[in-house]
Amino acid sequence: MADAPNQYKSEVKSLSFYYGAFSALKNINMRLHEKQVTALIGPSGCGKSTFLRCFNRMHDLYPGNRYVGEIILHPDNVNILAREVDPIEVRMRVSMVFQKPNPFPKSIYENVAYGLRVRGVKQRALVDEKVEEALRGAALWDEVKDRLNQLAYNLSGGQQQRLCIARALATDPEILLFDEPTSALDPIATASIEELIADLKDKVTILIVTHNMQQAARVSDYTAYMYLGEVIEFDVTDTIFIKPKNKQTEDYITGRFG
Amino acid sequence: MHPPQTVRPSTDAAHSRRLGYSYRRHLGERFIEAILFLMAFISVVITLAIVAMLVSESLVFFEHVSLWDFLTDTQWTPLFDDAHYGILPLVSGTVVSSAVALLVAIPLGTITAIYLSEFAPFAVREIAKPFLELLGGVPTVVYGYFALLFVTPALQKIIPGLPGFSLLSAGLVMGIMIIPYVSSMAEDAMRSVPMHLREGSYAMGATRFQTALRVVMPAAFSGIAAAYILGISRAVGETMVVAIAAGMQPNLTWNPLEPAATITAYIVQVSLGDLPHGSIGYQTIFAAGLTLLLMTLAFNILGHVLRKRYREIY
Repeated sequence: MADAPNQYKSEVKSLSFYYGAFSALKNINMRLHEKQVTALIGPSGCGKSTFLRCFNRMHDLYPGNRYVGEIILHPDNVNILAREVDPIEVRMRVSMVFQKPNPFPKSIYENVAYGLRVRGVKQRALVDEKVEEALRGAALWDEVKDRLNQLAYNLSGGQQQRLCIARALATDPEILLFDEPTSALDPIATASIEELIADLKDKVTILIVTHNMQQAARVSDYTAYMYLGEVIEFDVTDTIFIKPKNKQTEDYITGRFG
Repeated sequence: MHPPQTVRPSTDAAHSRRLGYSYRRHLGERFIEAILFLMAFISVVITLAIVAMLVSESLVFFEHVSLWDFLTDTQWTPLFDDAHYGILPLVSGTVVSSAVALLVAIPLGTITAIYLSEFAPFAVREIAKPFLELLGGVPTVVYGYFALLFVTPALQKIIPGLPGFSLLSAGLVMGIMIIPYVSSMAEDAMRSVPMHLREGSYAMGATRFQTALRVVMPAAFSGIAAAYILGISRAVGETMVVAIAAGMQPNLTWNPLEPAATITAYIVQVSLGDLPHGSIGYQTIFAAGLTLLLMTLAFNILGHVLRKRYREIY
């Protein structure tokens, strides 16, 4: 892997994060490689979801949260944690898929069109086109093309999660965040989401939090092992799983800990 | 291998002791259940008794007045020599005053609910909510005098020629009175929309207002509809404000600038008067009361249907 800076979609520089006085992330330094899948693994409470949610400033929704350090987004070299950067601008570029499928109480079509609607896109033809493209991208088009006006809640759990992925894709994000996207799904739905993630990396840089180490091994190119708010080891996924340099990582990977 | 026999106390005596104890506990449970059932039953019985009384007394009324006249006659003058028994003037008064009230209460109540649920910082909400609920605790007779002595004169400055009693004044104050009911229920409905739905919207780059309008409100629709229905029922059934500020003259009008009696105001008027029991004039209040009951019942059924049809499914 070449290390030319233009291959990084994002660089995390001495990032710390506080919930009030509690320090949830401690001095994280890491890079997201452009159009690659980076996985965050680690035991419960290690801060992986907290870290993920820094990338779209989700913590801004709640009072008492504080970021220290930088997350630089390339190519324009902007620190998305800077106070003067509008979190809404950040979320326009960084989409997110949540742990539990959370479609809106709207039709399938309107769910996917939501991001375009809040951006004020009005042209019907353009919205139609983007919705179809996103649903195809999320491998859902063939299943729903004849019932786009039905309520999204009529879909199965796995379909709902793919709908949420389509919703996130519809606005052409630069980074797609996945917060344990399969933890509420059955194995078959999980397999289809994993397949989808592998396909999506041609288009978008992906950061995924997962509890499931096999999942990290299957879908990711890079893996970070986190523990107590720190990134203990970050490397190419194969290295992390086959020859981790750190004893703690090895203990976690081999199941001796965690 | 089987455990030794002594481990299990399976003698007949032990068995019957255990059974006896559980039987007693069962009896206690049955007793509590019976009391709870009785309490629940009483409220049902009272409701049914009210309905039965209204219906039977109304039947007496309808022996003298045909249902057709009741529904179509445009005058309500049961106390005059030339008596007319058309409910329409009272219905129009009720509908107009309620409509004015709802034009105030639904928009303001909804906006208040959106603000409190989606925008207000914790401290503001903690202060504003008790004040709003206090507004709902003010006796309605106070609102009535507020309408008559403050709102009407103020309105007369804006609208010259507005009479001393008007549906507009009563309706406006009634609307203010109903705001806390609407806002409190609508806010509860919006607040119970799970956070992960809001986060989904924010994550798509939506603003707070877009999230409130496009995600939270549709998700809370059934609860908000229930709040509106409650507001309508309150407005239709409200008595004091309209009795004091809208005038007591039955008047078939759809103009809020005129005075008119509502069904409730008429019932108060007759109940407090000295009409002899059993006279046809006295029986009118039951027919009027039954009409009112049917109106609120219709709204409650509508609310129930809306709730079932758009139940929260998040």
